[in-house]
Amino acid sequence: MTLRPRDMSGHPPAIAPAYRSSRLRGPTQAPIAIPATPTETTGPVFGHGVLGPLDGDLIRNFAAPGQMAIGQRTIVHGRVTDEAGRAVPNTLVEVWQANAGGRYRHAKEGYLAPLDPNFGGCGRVMTDDQGRYRFETVKPGAYPWPNGGNDWRPAHIHFSVFGSGFGQRLITQMYFEGDPLVARCPIAQSIPAGGAERLVAPLDWEETVPMDARAYRFDIILRGPLATPFEATP
Amino acid sequence: MTQRESPSQTAGPYVHIGLMPNHAGLPGLYDGDLGAGPIMAEGQPVTLRGRILDGEGASVTDAVLEVWQADGTGTPGIWARRSTDGPDGDWVLDTVRPGPMRFDGGWMAPHIALWIVARGINLGLQTRIYFPEDDHSADAVLAQVPPGRRRTLMAVPDADGYRFDIHLQGPDETVFLNI
Repeated sequence: MTLRPRDMSGHPPAIAPAYRSSRLRGPTQAPIAIPATPTETTGPVFGHGVLGPLDGDLIRNFAAPGQMAIGQRTIVHGRVTDEAGRAVPNTLVEVWQANAGGRYRHAKEGYLAPLDPNFGGCGRVMTDDQGRYRFETVKPGAYPWPNGGNDWRPAHIHFSVFGSGFGQRLITQMYFEGDPLVARCPIAQSIPAGGAERLVAPLDWEETVPMDARAYRFDIILRGPLATPFEATP
Repeated sequence: MTQRESPSQTAGPYVHIGLMPNHAGLPGLYDGDLGAGPIMAEGQPVTLRGRILDGEGASVTDAVLEVWQADGTGTPGIWARRSTDGPDGDWVLDTVRPGPMRFDGGWMAPHIALWIVARGINLGLQTRIYFPEDDHSADAVLAQVPPGRRRTLMAVPDADGYRFDIHLQGPDETVFLNI
């Protein structure tokens, strides 16, 4: 498989001035287009064996025995596909997030909201043979962050996805339907042409578990193959 | 059926929680951090180290860097993950020297692919490390890089291996690749 050239217009620019940290960290020169070689079309492969039984359960994977994280019980699920619409099976999806109060469990994080002793904020799952994944967590809280003004991050979950080639590697963030902070967030709004909407997960009523947890659906699209005349159309 | 790649977003300042929780002080979640173990592969051992520098020359100490490379025979298969959150921001990679790799009827010079994410980086940055002693004349990727900027992709020999500093901006801005 050789990769279709990346459509940079769908991604935030390297320097998005309203996101202060990008001003000194975003490269000023355009990336140089290269052909996808075996270095880009191959990548690490992880077996389902790397997963522990609670890796996809952020409500319990850091909790004391018999305890659970505090917060709104939430199921996140979706499909990983490529630009050609094909499932990306058996690929590793890593997630991390703040707790229900908007506090990360990180040494450099100092927000007023308290840590939850039963919440780590880290999990991972693999997609199945149809590219589907699912994990359970508590809905993260919004939080203020230093960006030069009164800036608040909308509730979000960070996603890291591998795909089958190193050139497909992607990190992104999932937002929640109906959150008014998405429109005010310099990071979300750094995506051109209202593209932040593509990262807003809708409430998935059908998957909501009565008397238990609400579900949100977040589909992820990785870069896909360059079409060839020999490629069958499904 | 054609659809667009999902938009990228920054990994943020707390990326270590998600990608290397043991290193980030969240023990007990995973047996070990992926990509942190010693590299066992065929080839001549080599040590690379470096740091990531921002537009004011400050060391970026909250990045995660991933490595993907061939072993000594030119077969891709070595993946590693490193952080730059030590006091001076240095990352260190004890690996093997990659062999040349077949591509498009020719040979690519030995190289190590890097992918860098951090707060303030909106789309993961892809670049490559090459070794200055090798013959680069037939490399299809370097051929796309203006000659005056190719030196930014060359490792620099030092006392115990090579150094490779990544400049996000400035006169020595590293060449990043749109793969």
